[in-house]
Order: sequence, then C-alpha cells, then structure tokens
Amino acid sequence: VITAVAVVLLLAVVAYAVFGGADFGAGFWDLTAGGPERGARPRAVIEHSIGPVWEANHVWLIFIFVVLWTSFSEAYASITLTLFVPLMIAALGIVLRGASFAFRKAVVTTRHRRIFGAAFAVSSVLVPYCMGAIVGGIASGRVPAGGQAGDPVGSWINPTSVVGGVLAVAAVAYLSAVYLVWDARRLDETEMAEYFRRRAVASAIVVAVIAAAGAFVLRADAAYLFDGLTSRALPVAILSGACGAGALLLLVRGAARGARALAVVAVGAAVVSWGVAQAPYILPESLTFAAAAAPSGTLTAVLAAVVLAVVIVVPGFVLLYVLDQRGLLPEEGVDDVADRVLNRRAG
Amino acid sequence: VIEVIVMLDGMAAFAAVDPVPWARAQMAFTLMFHIILVPLGVSWAFLTLIANYGAVKHGDRDALLLAQRWSKYMAVTFAVGAVTGTVLSFEFGLLWPRFMGQWGEAFGVPFAFEGLFFFTEAIFVAIYIFGWRRLRPWAHFWTGVPIVLAGILGSVSVVAANAWMNAPSGFTQNGDGTVVAVDPLQVIFNDAMPLMAAHMVVAAYLVGGFLVASVYAAAMLRGRTDRYHRLGFIIAFSVAAVATPIQMGVGDSLARWVYNNQPVKFAAIELVPTTSSDVPETILGQLNEDGTVSGGIPIPGLASWLSDPSTGRSTVVQGLDTVPADERPTVRQVNIVHLAWDAMVGLGTLLFLLSVWYGASWIFRRRMLASRWFLRAAAASGVLAVIAMEAGWIVAEVGRQPWIVYGIMKVEDAVTGNTGVWISFVAVIVLYLVLGVTTILVLRGMSRRFRRAGGFTEHDAPYAPSALPEATSPTREEAVR
Repeated sequence: VITAVAVVLLLAVVAYAVFGGADFGAGFWDLTAGGPERGARPRAVIEHSIGPVWEANHVWLIFIFVVLWTSFSEAYASITLTLFVPLMIAALGIVLRGASFAFRKAVVTTRHRRIFGAAFAVSSVLVPYCMGAIVGGIASGRVPAGGQAGDPVGSWINPTSVVGGVLAVAAVAYLSAVYLVWDARRLDETEMAEYFRRRAVASAIVVAVIAAAGAFVLRADAAYLFDGLTSRALPVAILSGACGAGALLLLVRGAARGARALAVVAVGAAVVSWGVAQAPYILPESLTFAAAAAPSGTLTAVLAAVVLAVVIVVPGFVLLYVLDQRGLLPEEGVDDVADRVLNRRAG
Repeated sequence: VIEVIVMLDGMAAFAAVDPVPWARAQMAFTLMFHIILVPLGVSWAFLTLIANYGAVKHGDRDALLLAQRWSKYMAVTFAVGAVTGTVLSFEFGLLWPRFMGQWGEAFGVPFAFEGLFFFTEAIFVAIYIFGWRRLRPWAHFWTGVPIVLAGILGSVSVVAANAWMNAPSGFTQNGDGTVVAVDPLQVIFNDAMPLMAAHMVVAAYLVGGFLVASVYAAAMLRGRTDRYHRLGFIIAFSVAAVATPIQMGVGDSLARWVYNNQPVKFAAIELVPTTSSDVPETILGQLNEDGTVSGGIPIPGLASWLSDPSTGRSTVVQGLDTVPADERPTVRQVNIVHLAWDAMVGLGTLLFLLSVWYGASWIFRRRMLASRWFLRAAAASGVLAVIAMEAGWIVAEVGRQPWIVYGIMKVEDAVTGNTGVWISFVAVIVLYLVLGVTTILVLRGMSRRFRRAGGFTEHDAPYAPSALPEATSPTREEAVR
C-alpha cells in the first residue's frame, strides 16, 4: 500500500511537470516574445494554447500536497519547515501568475495588458525555478526529518538546487515550445510553427547541456542521488535521454506530433528517474517512505480518492482535452448559441 | 551604513518575535480573503444555470445575455479563488508544520476528496465558459451542472476538515501521541461536520445571491430598470431569499450543537463568565478582565431559553471559568467572538426581514418590489451578507482558541519555528490587497465594456485573446463623451 501511494505521488509530480510545466513554459516564451508588436502573434498562439486548460492543471500541485500531508505528513512538515522561503515565493508567484493571466484577458488597453502580461510572464519563470530548487534541496538530502528545520538558506541556495531550478525552467520551456509547434500548426500559423520549432530545438539543446553539466554537480553535491541515478534509475534516465534525442531529431525534421509524445516521455522519465534514484527515501538518507507513511486507514482513503478520480475526473479531463483539440472551445465570441437558440425559436 | 545596520538590527529583533500571532494573522487574512470568493465559486454557477435554462427553454434573450456574462465574470472570480485556495494548501505546512506533521494523516483526509471535486469543477468551468460558441445549447447547459455539484461537495469536504478540528475523531494515538490508526470515514463524517457543512453551503448560496443581486439593485437605482437588470436581480435575490430562512434554522441547530459539544466556545459566544441558569442574551457589551460583564443590552433568560427551549429559562449554561485560563479563549478573544456573533445574527436577521419583505410582495402583490428603499437595502445586502459570513467564520475559529485540534493540541504547539513569518505576512497583505482591488476593477471594467457593447460582441469574452488589441483606449473614449 505504501508503495502504491508513493507511486501515485510520483505520477502526480510527473503530471504536474508535464501538464502544468508546459503552462509555465508558455509563460517563459511569453516573456521572451519581445515588444507588444513583435510579440503579438506568438502571444496569441500561447494564449490560445493554454487558455482553456490552465486552471485544471493547477490542481496537480494541490494533489501533490494533499498526498504528501495525508500519507507522508512528517515529510511534508519537514519540507515546509526547512524550505519555507522558496515555497512561499512559489505560492505568491502562483497567485500573481494565475490572477494576472485571467486579468490580462479581461482588460482591453495595451498598457494594462502589458502590466498583467509582465506579471504573468515573470512569475511563470520564478515558480518553476523555485520548484526545481526545492526538488534540489530535497534530493541532495538537505531537508532533515524529525521536526527540526534544516538550513533555511543553504537548503535552497546550493549547487544541486541551482541545477534543479535552471533545469526546471529550461525543461518546461522546452516542453512548452514543443506543444506550441503543434498548436500553431493546428491554427494554420505556419510561420509561428516554425518560430516555436526553432525555439524547441534550441531549448532541447540547452536542456541537454544543463543535464550533462548537472551530472557533475550531482556527483559532487548529492552523492546518494547520483549513485541512484547511475544504478537503480539508470534505465529510466537512459530512456529520458533517448526520448529527448529522438524528439530533437523529429523536431529538426519537422514532425511535431511525434516530437510531442517523445518530449512528454523524456520529461516524465526524468522526473521518474529522480524518484527512483532517491528510493526508498522520501527525504534522502534521513526519512524513508515507510517510516513517514500514515496509518493504513489514511493510505486506503487516499487510494480510494485516486480511484474515484480515475472514474470521475479522468473522463472529464479527457472530455476537456478532446473538445479543446477539436476546436469546440474557441475563445473568441459568444454569440453563436444565442443566434441558434433564437433562430430555432423563430423557426 | 551604521543606520542601515541599526535598522537591520531592529528588524532582526522584530523578526525574533513570537511567530504565533503572525502565523495566525496570515492564515486568518488569507482565509478571510478566500472565503469571499467561495460563495461565488459555489453558487454563481447555479444562478447562471437558472438563467441559462430560461434562455434555452424559452428563448429568452435577456436570460441568455445574463448567463453568458455571468459565466465570464465567474471565470475571473474562479481564477482568483483557485489561486488563493492553492496558497492555503501551501500555508497549512508553511505556517503549521507541527500540526500537519502530527495530524495530517487524519485532518488531511477530507482534502483528498476536496481535490477531486475541485478538479472536476475546474474542468467543467473551463468547458462551460469556452463552450458557448460551438456546443449545442442543451449539451452546453449540462456541462454546467457538474460545476454546481462539485462546488457543493468541494465546500462540504473543506468544512469537514474544519469541523474535524472542532470535533476530532476517527483516530487512535499511542502513548507518545503519534497517530497509529485512522478511520477515514469517521474523520470525514465527524460530529460537527453535518451542521457546519450545511451552514457553509447555505451561506454560499445566501452570500452569492445577495452579492450578485446587490449589483443589479445598484444598477436599478441608477435608472437601469430594463428587463435585463430586473431579471438579473430577481434570479439572484430569489435564491438568496430562499436560503436566508433555511440558514436561520441551520444556524440555530448548529448553535445548539456548540452548546452541547463545545461549551466553552458557547460561553464565549454568549458572554457567560460563570456557570448559571437564566442566562441573558447580551447584545453588544463586553467581558472585563475581572470576569464581569458590562455594557450591552441584556435580554433576560433568552440565551438559556434558546439553548434548550424544553427546559426554558432554567437551562444551565456552562461558564468560561469551568476550564483553566490556558484552555479557553482570552478575554480579548471572548469579546471578539461575542461581537462577531452579534454581527452575524444581527445582519442575518436584517437579511431575513429583507427577504420576507421581498417574498411578501411577490405573494400578495404578484410583482417585484421596486421601491427605492427596498433597492437601497438590496444594494447593501451583498456587503452585509459578506460581513455576516466573515463574522460567522470568526465565531467558529476564534471561539476554538487556544486549540487547533479541539481539546488535544494547542495553536502555539502547531506553529512553524520560522521567525520570519512576519515578512511573508507583509508580502501576502500587499499582494492580496492589489489582487482584491484589481479583481474589482477588472470586473467593473468588464461590466462597463458589456454595457457599451449593448449586446453580444466578438470581444466580450474575458479569455478572448484579441479583446480590442488596437486599444481604442476606453478612457479616451469616455473623455469624448
């Protein structure tokens, strides 16, 4: 049962990285799209792409927290106690990002849209950096168990955290660019597809370089994690690398759809390899999953909620994606239903 | 440089202050902010569906306009509610790590289900809001129904966790206090949960209805008395007017539950220093440090009678002094609880009278009240309902002090050891104030744009990426007028 819940937790992190991460990454491209005129077209593609789904994606994070605090509450307490600062920054960043994205769509003047747009874009970069730094702090064993706080600064400003943060920003940007190629193509924006394709290729290379450099940092700074990555987690890490290389190849050749699937697997496998590498510890070398686990009643309830989620939420989620992909959830205009209802009445 | 050092030193001293009040203040502030958005998230979808139903069933163009615009506003308030709710899930751990570390496995269980419902709600909100253009009318209507259900079940789940803090059950501890077994059903369906959850869900409909109605009442006072505005008012106010009497009944039962199960909280509510019968219902007034009650208007025996009508004025009410001082709210907290109680009950009664007035006009005169005094009162009802809800929240939470898990764990034992909480508190205050003001400005801006457009436009969707990008700046346009 403990293993099952740990797997659920890891899958939730993967889902957050793959779905939510892409939203953050879109914010990165929004930030770097240039001035109001030059950046107008890419921004339109970005908004179109993440508009309908971004709120649903937030929920993965909440789900991660819920699983943590119900099933591994000691780990949750230790993490929040030690990593207070980056978590608080991430929380405020999420508020800023979500609210300003919604606001940007609700205001008309260019000036207001720029203010909200800037807040959205900056916080989109800040939040994944903090998340990556938090992962780095945890993975490098800087979060002690047992209710005492670790170093409030060194736990998130350290070599592994910097690698984690930069890698997170780069990875979500990469993922998002790959998605956006496909989205732009669906919108028949050939020029924009090419625009994002170039960025996807560039960011793929950046991610690869950071990952390679990060390996050396981990060897020096996070020995347990490094050992895990080069033994237990090696197959998954290789899978991640292979998919990343494959996605790059497809991107260069312009096969956006296949590249998208491979990019998702690459990022997902990277997250999984982290989880496998630090097993059986939830906080490396100080707290194992088994030691942190809640009584079986709680774990069963969490798994029951997961099963219910599969029954209730997954169909809804699929419906949302299918409707969105079929273009049945357009953002502009609202008058069609009105006309149809009234026409039917008249007729 | 020396000045800077002195200043930093002063700040360090300031930072070394006890984190308890700061953590409590931050939690209270973010919760009280979030709770304003809750009623909109829970009940606005219902109001929208009423309008949507009328629109599709009867081809009512005004109703259709209302439903579409409401769904656009809802998108904004839902987004703000979603992010402020996310912050709360950070704060549980950031502010109360010891509480979560020890009790997360029990307290946390309802949130597993809340997450489920919130997820469902978020998905269908997205489908509903974006589905106006291309989905078939009835199919589109039905995509709104899960929002309503998930909203209710989600708030029930959250309140279940809060109720558990007031009536902890469903767990076994070993000698050193570690939780060794959890019965999740008993945790969720704890003794306090049914009434507290009902009280909150009805409050959501009451507050949401009055809030939306008050906007249309204000518009009518400014002379916009067309059918569109009347319809918007009638839908929202009617829902609130139905919810209000129900809420009085639920609230009354809940108060009696508190009398029976949390006697110390009840003593704070009713300002009862020592155990006695024939306790008066003191309106306003305060508890003094020496344990006497002064000021206010006492209504003889009413508190006793309300606590248990079957024994009437001879009902005994337990006093604050029956527990040691460190196991009951401080005098200041007692006064806050009592004042908040008076505010909630007083405003609730006013809103009830307003609802009766409105209902009577429908029943006896077969038309909507349109007197200016009624509209003025209705225009104020939204804010009053929010204040009543916040007051009720204060009664529940401050009345629980000093416990975080009633009778088991104290707030001071639950708090984070981080002395820098005051910094995050200041940051949160600044960010949320900006957020609150911006939300209102954005909603007003949307409303103004809707009005100028007069009917349906290509650009009235909050999510429309192309909302007049060429920016015929409204300020300039208005200046011309």
